[in-house]
Amino acid sequence: MKILVCISNVPDTTTKITFSSDNKEFNKAGVQYIINPYDELALTKALELNEAAGGGTVTAIHVGQADAEPNLRKALAVGADDAVRIDAAPIDGFFVASEIAHYAKDKGFDLILCGRESIDYNGGMVAGMLGELLDWPSVNVITSISINGGEAHLERDIDGGREVLTAKLPFVGSCQKELTEPRIPNMRGIMMARSKPLQVLPVAANTAHTQVATYAAPAPKAGCKFLEPTQVEELVHLLHTEAKVI
Amino acid sequence: MRTDRFQHPDHYLMDELLTEEHKLIRDTVRAWVKKELSPIIEDYAQRAEFPKHIIRGLGEIGAFGPSLPAEYGCGGMDQISYGIIMQELERCDSGIRSTASVQGSLVMYPIYKYGSEEQRRKYLPKLASGEMMGCFGLTEPDHGSNPGGMTTNFKDMGDHYLLNGAKMWISNAPFADIAVVWAKNEAGKIHGLIVERGMEGFTTPETHNKWSLRASATGELVFDNVKVPKENLLPNISGLKGPMGCLDSARYGIAWGAIGAAMDCYDSALNYAKERVQFDKPIAAFQLTQKKLAEMLTEITKAQLLTWRLGVLKNEDRASTPQISMAKRNNVEMALHVAREARQIHGGMGITGEYPIMRHMMNLESVVTYEGTHDIHLLITGMDITGMPAFR
Repeated sequence: MKILVCISNVPDTTTKITFSSDNKEFNKAGVQYIINPYDELALTKALELNEAAGGGTVTAIHVGQADAEPNLRKALAVGADDAVRIDAAPIDGFFVASEIAHYAKDKGFDLILCGRESIDYNGGMVAGMLGELLDWPSVNVITSISINGGEAHLERDIDGGREVLTAKLPFVGSCQKELTEPRIPNMRGIMMARSKPLQVLPVAANTAHTQVATYAAPAPKAGCKFLEPTQVEELVHLLHTEAKVI
Repeated sequence: MRTDRFQHPDHYLMDELLTEEHKLIRDTVRAWVKKELSPIIEDYAQRAEFPKHIIRGLGEIGAFGPSLPAEYGCGGMDQISYGIIMQELERCDSGIRSTASVQGSLVMYPIYKYGSEEQRRKYLPKLASGEMMGCFGLTEPDHGSNPGGMTTNFKDMGDHYLLNGAKMWISNAPFADIAVVWAKNEAGKIHGLIVERGMEGFTTPETHNKWSLRASATGELVFDNVKVPKENLLPNISGLKGPMGCLDSARYGIAWGAIGAAMDCYDSALNYAKERVQFDKPIAAFQLTQKKLAEMLTEITKAQLLTWRLGVLKNEDRASTPQISMAKRNNVEMALHVAREARQIHGGMGITGEYPIMRHMMNLESVVTYEGTHDIHLLITGMDITGMPAFR
């Protein structure tokens, strides 16, 4: 199969998040970037699907600037056959989705996989928007995929249970944790990644629907107060007067 | 076992001196270590057992001979990549790093450097993948710092060599498929021979009751009239410079590895100091704890820069034996010191297997002794400065 995997470049989960003095921009200085962990699942699943099918190609695509290239190179080391970077500073989910849709529309992909959301902005919009823009089925939060002929058998989490559905190829799927275990590159993969193609394409649609007005850090957590099991009245009093939740 | 949340200190923005590929290799090995090794290492060390099932994984991440050419199934990476892999392995455990060092620098390197093309093709791809494991026989019961005095010897019997003698303190010996053995011929010249498990008269008894490198297998090599085929002699080297060339490569890896052990102790001590509350505040807020942490970070930073520079020299094939010796000596002593200070910060918890500190500290007692003791390395620098050898 010919599979496209969307890769988002996100700050490492241990990053201390700070903003510029006017709260309009995220301070990137000194931040380590990683492949969005949900996108790693998408990449690994794409490789597994092709291995099970006995062949195929996996293209990794990223909408962003050159500083994301080490992570695209990592995607190639994990096993993607080629990588594409749409050279732009993404503004919102629609911007990213429309760039990817523009790239993918005439390339004959059987499947587009992405993470359920990026762990920085947590938008979770790209898969749905891609489906709409390409006029393909789109299924979110997939926990299992198997493909037989032109049809995919999918499972996804729903409140209090699991939904099983089928979709005709091509379709867009967003990947959830249970789908697979992310693959770590090996030495051979790192060596091969050196010579795999990484194509940089100019921005095409250049359309966003939203702008960030300001950022704000969450209020610092207050310390925990411990009460003895017998201090019920004190607990009620504090919940009422301090926490103001009752 | 707690989740391994290790993060390396980088006070002088050392990462800017590394290539993207170096960082990818580091992240890859670290991710593999966190997934495959960290959860099990304490248990294996406590039981004094080598986790044999990780060998193939070590092969896949390129831990065996990563800087040897790709045409022999190796990584074709530079020397800094090799160092980084050793750092990440020893960050988890010196014993695991030792297994990889021995395989890469002491078995694969001499076969590549001093071996025939047939020997390279026969052994290197299998050693790189971990399908075959090797060990290195130089040290003898009566010849440690003075390897030139070795008594292990071989005689030319016409169609084969007859090998006799014994080697001691040999990492990987109990399970190795092959041994690169250094022995004297009838003229007293040192040569390297590849001895294969299964050759009659060759045994590898395990060394038990170690308090150090417990997750690595150590043993002896005993040769009792072992018939070694003539094609198993390494043809392109004779004399002590053969094994010494291997030791240069291994010591270089140890210099990086020791930084890994020190970083792990520092990282653990820093986190513990921030969480452990005494007298109503974290012990990290006390001056004496800060002194320890500040000195640890300073020493680690100095070692990082020293070793990175050594890596650049090694890439340019300009690193001298005394330069490598200095880095090995400095970094291992630094790591031991950091481990001891970290142990203090952990208080009583520092002696338990809940934290890696005592394991690192005990491991480093071997590392400061093998591949040239701390004192011998001082004398190598001494000789380099004065031109006068003080070994005897």
